[in-house]
Amino acid sequence: MGDKTMTAEEVVSRLRSGMTLGIGGWGSRRKPMALVRALLRSQVTDLTVVSYGGPDVGMLAAAGRIRKLVAAFVTLDSIPLEPHYRAARERGAFELTEIDEAMFMWGLRAAAHRLPFLPVRAGLGSDVMRVNPGLRTVTSPYDDQETFVAMPALRLDAALVHVNRADRLGNGQYLGPDPYFDDLFCEAADEAYLSCERVVDTAELTKEAAPQSLLVKRHTVTGVVEAPNGAHFTSCAPDYGRDEAFQKRYATTPWPEFAARYLAGDEQAYRSAAGEEA
Amino acid sequence: MKDDMPEVTRAEYCVIACAEAWRGGGEILASPMGVIPSVGARLARHTFAPDLLLTDGEALLVGADGTVEGWLPYRQHLALVTGGRRHVMMGASQIDRFGNQNISCIGDWAKPRRQLLGVRGAPVNTLNNPTSYWIPRHSRRVFVERVDMVCGVGYDRAAEVGARHHRIPRVVSDLGVFDFATPDHAMRLASVHPGVSVDEVREATGFDLVIPDEVARTREPTAGELRLIREVLDPGAARAREVAV
Repeated sequence: MGDKTMTAEEVVSRLRSGMTLGIGGWGSRRKPMALVRALLRSQVTDLTVVSYGGPDVGMLAAAGRIRKLVAAFVTLDSIPLEPHYRAARERGAFELTEIDEAMFMWGLRAAAHRLPFLPVRAGLGSDVMRVNPGLRTVTSPYDDQETFVAMPALRLDAALVHVNRADRLGNGQYLGPDPYFDDLFCEAADEAYLSCERVVDTAELTKEAAPQSLLVKRHTVTGVVEAPNGAHFTSCAPDYGRDEAFQKRYATTPWPEFAARYLAGDEQAYRSAAGEEA
Repeated sequence: MKDDMPEVTRAEYCVIACAEAWRGGGEILASPMGVIPSVGARLARHTFAPDLLLTDGEALLVGADGTVEGWLPYRQHLALVTGGRRHVMMGASQIDRFGNQNISCIGDWAKPRRQLLGVRGAPVNTLNNPTSYWIPRHSRRVFVERVDMVCGVGYDRAAEVGARHHRIPRVVSDLGVFDFATPDHAMRLASVHPGVSVDEVREATGFDLVIPDEVARTREPTAGELRLIREVLDPGAARAREVAV
């Protein structure tokens, strides 16, 4: 069993332009922002991003790295509409596969189970069918003969997720109230990269937390990055809440100015720049 | 109203109208979105619908006093939606005469004039569990002939695809309460809030609303309900920021 720890730069060096990239978390909650920032420092672009979208999508959209987005929404939670995502959509900056939240989850599940699709009731009758002309339906072979959307598997080339704790082998633990869908992202991906607030010994993981907090299993993980404050400015309960003041600055500062001030240097520079103004 | 009670505000009539959506719902999850539906759901839970389940807005099920009684992370929430034991009250940027709802974008979807939230869970909600709507500012911009992007499915679309669990119990706005109790499931004015005229509602609606000969008035809150709203559920009067009158 190998030590999978690596730096965020090493993670990004394994990603390629044109990849389909799943990003864990939800809205502005426990997003792998340190990995996204590392991605922004790289030249990787032309991405198909699959995300319950938050500022991860907003930043990658603002930086012109997205060729296609697969999402049910993009939000900052406390600020309902993500301004950089909005601006990118309104200038037609990338392709969008807009699907329902449940369709999204079943797409990940289908990929995790190596199924070509899973039947979902969601989507029928809505314009999700109009804007995704490739979507097909499937009819139950049983007496009910109900028709469903055949949600295709959302297979990912790579996934990025952030959790509270992990060991060096890739066992990941969430300590907040919601696992979101991070385990599914890892299972749906050929390679998954897990950042965490703190790398601990395996035995430490269950010393104070119940085993059901062990969300991500090591066989689905390629690399582990220790990234304290690595979800900033999104929430990472119970380690920290959302940095609302900083998020507001992100939402109201013109992108070139924001990028120059916070994203020009490395993660350490980001932390000092963000911290100085706190 | 009773003499000892200050005048009932429009926001309070809206709270009552939203609360009524969950009457008789039984042991199901009430999912209110927006301040007034949230106060309404909790009012229902405190009074005539004590079996309702409520969340803290994130992953926990909480009792009337906030005691945690269960765990409902998003993945289980989605199972509860498809199981049908839930009545959600969503917002709507646009809604049409058959209850098709839009929260995704305004204009051409391929390059929208205004990007909004995205479809979110509106498709799964409307195909699986009762879905009502709350619209704090009733206008022709919201009540439109045709929505730009169908997120929540209306009665005409639901019939086309044979949706067997589709139901839109009510639409509540700052002017009145609406339902689809007509032969073709076109939207009908069910009641106007006190102080609102039928003409005012007609004027603010961008399609031909079904208006019965006798239009009811939204019911008065009881003294006990008013006390709960003002002293227990929303003492900071957040409701007045959603509906000002």
